[in-house]
Amino acid sequence: MTATEMSALDAVAAVQDGDTVLVGGFGMAGMPVELIDALIEHGAGDLTIVSNNAGNGDTGLAALLAAGRVRKVICSFPRQSDSWVFDGLYRAGKIELEVVPQGNLAERLRAAGAGIGGFYTPTGVGTPLAEGKETRVIDGREYVLESPIPGDVALIRAYVADRMGNLVYRKTARNFGPVMATAAAVTVAQVSRIVEIGELDPEVIVTPAIYVNRLVLPGSAVRRTEVTS
Amino acid sequence: MSLSRQEMARIVARDIPDGSYVNLGIGQPTMVADYLRAGSGVILHTENGMLGMGPPATSDRIDPDLTNAGKQPVTELPGASYFHHADSFAMMRGGHLDICIMGAFQVSAAGDLANWSTGAPDAIPAVGGAMDLAIGAKQVFVMMTLFAKDGKPKLVPSCTYPLTGKACVSRVYTDVATFVLDDGGARVTETFGISFDELAARLDVPLIRR
Repeated sequence: MTATEMSALDAVAAVQDGDTVLVGGFGMAGMPVELIDALIEHGAGDLTIVSNNAGNGDTGLAALLAAGRVRKVICSFPRQSDSWVFDGLYRAGKIELEVVPQGNLAERLRAAGAGIGGFYTPTGVGTPLAEGKETRVIDGREYVLESPIPGDVALIRAYVADRMGNLVYRKTARNFGPVMATAAAVTVAQVSRIVEIGELDPEVIVTPAIYVNRLVLPGSAVRRTEVTS
Repeated sequence: MSLSRQEMARIVARDIPDGSYVNLGIGQPTMVADYLRAGSGVILHTENGMLGMGPPATSDRIDPDLTNAGKQPVTELPGASYFHHADSFAMMRGGHLDICIMGAFQVSAAGDLANWSTGAPDAIPAVGGAMDLAIGAKQVFVMMTLFAKDGKPKLVPSCTYPLTGKACVSRVYTDVATFVLDDGGARVTETFGISFDELAARLDVPLIRR
């Protein structure tokens, strides 16, 4: 099945109360801002958000948090110079936080998309972030068992899609997009451009269309085009 | 005279072998890039998915899709490559990076690193890629002042702050001395404005004269 091009609001309607939503981006690079804005308008709440950071400034993820839609954040680095929205909610005890080393976050997402039930990693051994977790010595080195993080919906930003849903990214805005696309039941990609099937060189496609369900162009709040072939 | 931050960065840069793959942590380690010799062939890795990172971007070269780990706009050098986060950290964890350079709150004589949390009860925990880098790179160099603002040494017998990684630091570059940590303990390789004996008197860590 090919990906369906739709409006941001229609695309994020896949998100239900209580869902785990994977949100791409590293800071603002790769952040699917239009999809997050649409998610705020959509109104789903009690969400668990998985993202590298916990929002910057007052827009995007920060605005979703400020709207009270998020129960828990799983991220590597919530505290930043402009993370006042998260900081306030956390200090007020209004949001749960699971801090995960950045590489473990990426690998736990990858594991979820790759059918891996867990993995032993040296990252975090002997630190507070490994407390209570199973450890194992393999060939003389200690490892800690980490579990996959599957998502109900992934919201990512890519650069160009073809109408199949094949994606290419742009520079460091790629970051978490490719692994998140594999880890969710429904993946929504906000893209700058959609080209015809065959226009992307198969050798340069980063995310194959099998992982992508919905495509959204910025400024497409009201347009809706079903694409099938 | 103790070293300025710039002088520390210059000394770290001097010790990076030509052609190394290097990750520079956020903050002071970033300054090391300014002192890498032109033609050294050192290739910079940034955790958010790039090898071949160039200098900071200014004015019309700023691209919001091209940033470093500190989320500052940077540039790409010829031969650069991009990859996703799981690959970027596999590269680290898999031992493919030669050196990573980080700041620290404390380093123990056994090479334990504490640089992500002071354990303060009101602090919001945030670790980023520090734990992955600490255990992943072949060598971890720490850059820090040797003494905290209150005068307490930051090279310690064992860390009192929460650990980032165990037995991972190989060298410590400070404003008053450089230490190589190995099985034998903390070997002082250079001092700046302080004698070995004075250094030994101010630290609770047994030191080895080089």
